[in-house]
Amino acid sequence: MISLYLAERTWAHAVPAGWKLIALALISLLVTPFDSVPLMGGLLAVVFSLYVSLGRAALRQVALLRPMLPLLVILVGLHWWTGSLEAGIAMVLRLLAMVLLANAVTMTTRMDDMMDAVEPILRPLALFGLSPRALALMVAMMLRFVPLLFALWEALNESWRARTGKRGGWRLLAPFCIQTLRLSHHTAEALTARGGAPRGKRR
Amino acid sequence: MKDRALVQIALYAAIFAVLGLMPKFDLPIAGGVPITAQSMGAMLAGVMLGAKRGALAMLLVLFVVALGAPILAGGRGGLGVFFTPSAGFIFGWVAAAFVAGWLMQVLRAQAVFASALIASVVGGIVVLYAFGIVGMALKTDLSLIDAAKACLIFIPGDSLKAVLTALVAQTVARGMPEALLSRAPTR
Repeated sequence: MISLYLAERTWAHAVPAGWKLIALALISLLVTPFDSVPLMGGLLAVVFSLYVSLGRAALRQVALLRPMLPLLVILVGLHWWTGSLEAGIAMVLRLLAMVLLANAVTMTTRMDDMMDAVEPILRPLALFGLSPRALALMVAMMLRFVPLLFALWEALNESWRARTGKRGGWRLLAPFCIQTLRLSHHTAEALTARGGAPRGKRR
Repeated sequence: MKDRALVQIALYAAIFAVLGLMPKFDLPIAGGVPITAQSMGAMLAGVMLGAKRGALAMLLVLFVVALGAPILAGGRGGLGVFFTPSAGFIFGWVAAAFVAGWLMQVLRAQAVFASALIASVVGGIVVLYAFGIVGMALKTDLSLIDAAKACLIFIPGDSLKAVLTALVAQTVARGMPEALLSRAPTR
């Protein structure tokens, strides 16, 4: 599966995942109360220069913001209409800076490093009988299910097209659900047959 | 937690991801607003799995998104999405699935289609938009009313998704009743 991760190593890859997460959390808390356009513009400029320092592949990821643009235009419009345009612009600058900054953490941190970094936070889950290993298994299963479900949907779509010449669309939803549920029953049986999910220390 | 519950939570989280990655449904009534099938994933998880497991499936989605997988509509993902104006909707999916699942369990004596429709509308629209609108107001310094206006264009598409969810629930109830975990006898 495609990931937002940058394969090419940059200096930010070397920073431990935990530090990056803490820095992100701190910055997001710090910038919330401020509403000045120059300050937010400065923040966005700093974040942008961070992207420049990460190289061309990172800059290309800025294009991910494009789907957000119509919404941002509407939001600035609403701000303009109800009060001050300046507050609207400061809000958009802050949003863009924080989205880009958070994305920079994602770009430069491998998924398993991220998982290790959050593991201490997840440890209390063991109190509810869910061991971090079971969670890791669920994440892995979910990511594996995604391409499998796509293949299943495509198979249904093709057989629909063979019979009608049209795309199946929403009509495939019900058979798709039944097929996926059958798939999940088999997976669960296979898992049980192999000793079941890890249960942590509680058993 | 039993293996079956574990697998089904992962499955509905995956269905949620697939709905977001799928080409957009053709909805003529929405007037060009890009509509993704994603919030239907939250309705489905709640209606099919029940309150607790449905909410857990959505929490798994949020966790995987935070880990950096681009599984939200339009290939979005990573920590960035929690800072967008729609972050309220993202957290709202957990509550939406929980409320939809809870209603499904409360209405267990009623017909599947009707109760799934009620559960989807209340959970997947009322509760989801409450979270989404408050989230948007917080992130954008707009008043709640203005934030609500910015969200209303999505309601027609979401009503359709609630109907589709109810149809799916009914089909599954007929074709594979034991899979409707929200209706399974509690032990």
